[in-house]
Amino acid sequence: MSSLALTISDTLVLARRNLARIPNQPDLLIAYTVQPVMFVLLFVYVFGGAIRTPGFDYVDFLMPGIIVQSIAFGGFVTALGLSEDVQKGLIDRFRSLPMSRAAVLTGRTFSDVLLNCLSLAVLLGVGFIAGFNFIDASAGEIVLGIVLLLLLGYAFSWIFALVGLFSSSPETANAIGFTLIFPLTFASSVFVPVGSMPDGLRQFAQVNPFTTVSDAMRSLWLGTPAHTDVWMSFVWCAILIAVFAPLAVARYRTVAAR
Amino acid sequence: MNATEDAIAVEGLQKSYGSVRALCGVDFTAQAGTVLGLLGPNGAGKTTAVRILTTLLKPDGGRARVAGLDVTKDAAALRARIGLAGQYAAVDENLTGFANLEMVGRLYHMGRADARARATELLERFELTDAAKRPAKTYSGGMRRRLDLAAALIFRPPVLFLDEPTTGLDPRSRLSMWEMIEARTAAGTTVLLTTQYLDEADRLADRIVVIDHGNVIAEGTSDELKDRVGGERLEVELEDGGDAERAIAALAGMAAERPALEDGAVRAPVNQRSGAIAEAVRRLDAADVGIEDIRLQRPTLDDVFVALTGHGAEVDPDGDAALDEAVA
Repeated sequence: MSSLALTISDTLVLARRNLARIPNQPDLLIAYTVQPVMFVLLFVYVFGGAIRTPGFDYVDFLMPGIIVQSIAFGGFVTALGLSEDVQKGLIDRFRSLPMSRAAVLTGRTFSDVLLNCLSLAVLLGVGFIAGFNFIDASAGEIVLGIVLLLLLGYAFSWIFALVGLFSSSPETANAIGFTLIFPLTFASSVFVPVGSMPDGLRQFAQVNPFTTVSDAMRSLWLGTPAHTDVWMSFVWCAILIAVFAPLAVARYRTVAAR
Repeated sequence: MNATEDAIAVEGLQKSYGSVRALCGVDFTAQAGTVLGLLGPNGAGKTTAVRILTTLLKPDGGRARVAGLDVTKDAAALRARIGLAGQYAAVDENLTGFANLEMVGRLYHMGRADARARATELLERFELTDAAKRPAKTYSGGMRRRLDLAAALIFRPPVLFLDEPTTGLDPRSRLSMWEMIEARTAAGTTVLLTTQYLDEADRLADRIVVIDHGNVIAEGTSDELKDRVGGERLEVELEDGGDAERAIAALAGMAAERPALEDGAVRAPVNQRSGAIAEAVRRLDAADVGIEDIRLQRPTLDDVFVALTGHGAEVDPDGDAALDEAVA
């Protein structure tokens, strides 16, 4: 087999492994299903009444944003899984095998895409129940939105792969994810229009890629003016992958167990 | 690799972590089909050596060949010819035993049917068939080690690396691991085994390399190493510990050196094996010392270690224990 065919074969073996272990980790399954549902319900019914989103019901404004946040964090399972593999010595085993050097990471990021599809279906389902509707959206725009979301999730999987490889334990990965990256999603248009934010924060939120992608999703699914958001979102995803995928692979080559 | 070439050949191997020298120019070889024991305390450099030989780590200097392949230049090809198992029992706890083995087989690029058949065969041989469909996190420590060893063997590698394979195991699991390892070596696999247990090296290894602070301090068969320490030793356990001084005085006349009290037994090196016990019993009886147990013992590898390094094998006097763990 050629080296590309071997990489693909190794990737699929490891992606299958990542999915096969999920039934034995009920906490992960909850993270993928119950947690996003809780977030949607809390924001729609607790904050929804108090947040003004001119021209839209809050649930319509919220859903594209909260899906962006959830999908971006879908890759977090990669950070947890890789740091666990490092801690438990599995990375040593993989690195001593005649397998592709990238496959541990491509296998992770690929299984994340499949998990994100599940997460997306759950989120859209609960969104429709809570009253969300596509507005002025063609089938093509809806599909393009889904493609953008999955690509964003894929880009963040690489970021989280790097986080996982630098973490000595899943707890450390958790701390990095939720103290450094999670707040970024709030300083954006994910949950509220940025216009209500104070100076400084507002300017930050306007250039935050989470704002770009959330606004792109709203233009695709709610018919808001797109400006440059949609193509800029794809550019952002490409930049994140181009930067973080090589960094993560380089780190994988040298990472040591424990 | 032809039959006469060494399966493992290490020359002047060096590795430092910052200012800490883990290996300071180490040489050793292992003939194909033999077991080489790498013996040393925590932090001696054993794990570092294994990590270099299994391509996980690049050496700073020196050369190492395994199965005829250079560990740095031919690393990719070498990985298809080695198996690695060890104290960390690197198995996926959230996969079943069967799925673990199938995955590793597939990553050695075995076909699916082949990997599955081999997994079933190994689970059976390692007495894990009943647990094959359970997640590995439900396994006992001994079962995990066996699964880990099975994973290392799935592709029938000609050279097997076992990094402290029984550390932390209960005596029964230890014995069972030893039997599994002996079965492999009987089948012709070359094994490099690291251990800090002297009895383990004694039992399993054809040749032993003793390393301490990154240097080889002795090399040979278990018998050769013991001969370096010298003769037989008489050990007497007393009925009444208060008699120790009288027992030492009574045995002094027949001992090569002054007898000493250690771990509750009086120990006396003797030059002459024949008649030593009868002589000792007569002398102790004359001194009216009650004997609980009396035996002649060949020196243990522990004695070897103390003689070579001035300290025991399982204690690290500099307090830099677990160097391997800290810097690896």
